[in-house]
Amino acid sequence: MSKTIDDKPRPTVKDRLNSAVDATQGSQAWSSIFRPGSIFRKGYTDSPRNRSYVIMNSVLYHLHPVKVKRHAVKVSYTLCLGGLSFFLFILLTVTGIFLMFFYRPEATAAWNDIQNLQTSVTFGLLVRNMHRWGAHLMVLAVFLHMARVFYHGAYKPPREFNWVIGVILLTLTLLLSFTGYLLPWDQLALWAVTVGTNMMGYTPVFGNEVRFVLLGGAEIGSETLLRWYVLHVLFLPFVIVIFMAIHFWRVRKDGGISGPL
Amino acid sequence: MTEIPEHLLKRAQAAREKSAEPAAEPAAEPAAAPASDSRIPDALLKRSQAAKASKGGGEVDAAETGGGVALAEKVGAIVAAAPSSAGVPVGGGPGGHTQRLLTVVKSGSIQDVKATPVDKVHTWPHLLAAEFVAALACTAFTFLFSIFVNAPLLQLANTNATPNPSKAPWYFLGLQELLTMFHPMVAGVTLPGVGIIFLILTPYLDRNPSNKPEDRKFVISIMTVHLMFWAVLVMIGSFFRGPGFNFVLPWVDGLFFEL
Repeated sequence: MSKTIDDKPRPTVKDRLNSAVDATQGSQAWSSIFRPGSIFRKGYTDSPRNRSYVIMNSVLYHLHPVKVKRHAVKVSYTLCLGGLSFFLFILLTVTGIFLMFFYRPEATAAWNDIQNLQTSVTFGLLVRNMHRWGAHLMVLAVFLHMARVFYHGAYKPPREFNWVIGVILLTLTLLLSFTGYLLPWDQLALWAVTVGTNMMGYTPVFGNEVRFVLLGGAEIGSETLLRWYVLHVLFLPFVIVIFMAIHFWRVRKDGGISGPL
Repeated sequence: MTEIPEHLLKRAQAAREKSAEPAAEPAAEPAAAPASDSRIPDALLKRSQAAKASKGGGEVDAAETGGGVALAEKVGAIVAAAPSSAGVPVGGGPGGHTQRLLTVVKSGSIQDVKATPVDKVHTWPHLLAAEFVAALACTAFTFLFSIFVNAPLLQLANTNATPNPSKAPWYFLGLQELLTMFHPMVAGVTLPGVGIIFLILTPYLDRNPSNKPEDRKFVISIMTVHLMFWAVLVMIGSFFRGPGFNFVLPWVDGLFFEL
């Protein structure tokens, strides 16, 4: 009797797994998270409509249109420089937040904190290295991006204003890098910043005032460290994100990427 | 931007291929079947002939009738020939349709649409995949470089011990190099200030509408000279300046440079 009831073969592990995946992907929670067309949805197929939906129904729609000019996806045209600048900014934000957990912007503590970070924090040295090299790389990437845009004549109408935003972003990138330079509070940081701020002290008419505001005093000290720390981790990132948003928005409003030549 | 999406083009192509097969058969028919096979119903033709006959006199009657038939023949021939010549599916029901597609008027010919079709591809996967690979490569490079090369951490800052030489970060070394030649106000403030202002004004100063390199020889040379000027200054400042910011040769006296 029982033989006939149990005649159905027992489901294999693979079958169980498949049905579990189907149940998960078919659940209301899953389909509420992934919008129609998402590659994670149940039964996703590669069709023109779904290719459009992948962009349209994701947060990436703020960054990219559904379709781009064919020449614009050639790596040889943009060399990915603008995108890489943005990506490096994200990388620097992530590594920077990690560093903030172990750092106090006080003249008596800063250098020791970096030393401790390097010697006794797991991955501390690695993350600090990535932050440092990523920062130099970002300055380089932004600079090369500017050169690329210039040589393609991509600043011509209707993109004039976006070029202006770009120059502002370049300046902000340099300022971000320069303010971060002081934070380790070692001899390199102190004297590089001394040289830099001395130059700014020669600003005509209010040179001394400019220098005083930047340093938070007549000489570089604990106030300077706190000031540049706040500029580096809060003020400048806040400003640069706003300008980046305008920059990316204008890229799309001005008809996507420039060219072809 | 107006453009015909890929999948619509594909669908149209499929429809065209499908219509090409049946079109071959009706093409043979009009040759065999004369105007009597016209899609204008016989009843209507007769009625119009009758109307013309009743309207005019004897000789006019004959001419008009002939004309009417000729007209019917012509229309019939055109209608029947249309599918084979155009290759577009025209309503080909056996009884003839009372309406047919004469032409497709694209919006461009009746509206003043400025957009022109552009060759485009889907962002996903064509652009996103490339961006993802670029981001991965960038992360991998930074990661590996960071494993093998450590960021510098010198002695604790000491305002009483000035290192010799004291150098600014590398991107400001061009300016520091200028300091050796000009008054600090010129080298440190005026020149970079003027440089940034010119950079901002570039799109408003360069009135040349072309973006082709061969039309822009002047600006390209100016910019290249400008960029090279800074690159050379930065390199001199980085590698060829030693104690007292004096000129040194890095392969003789060593490097005085920290990133």
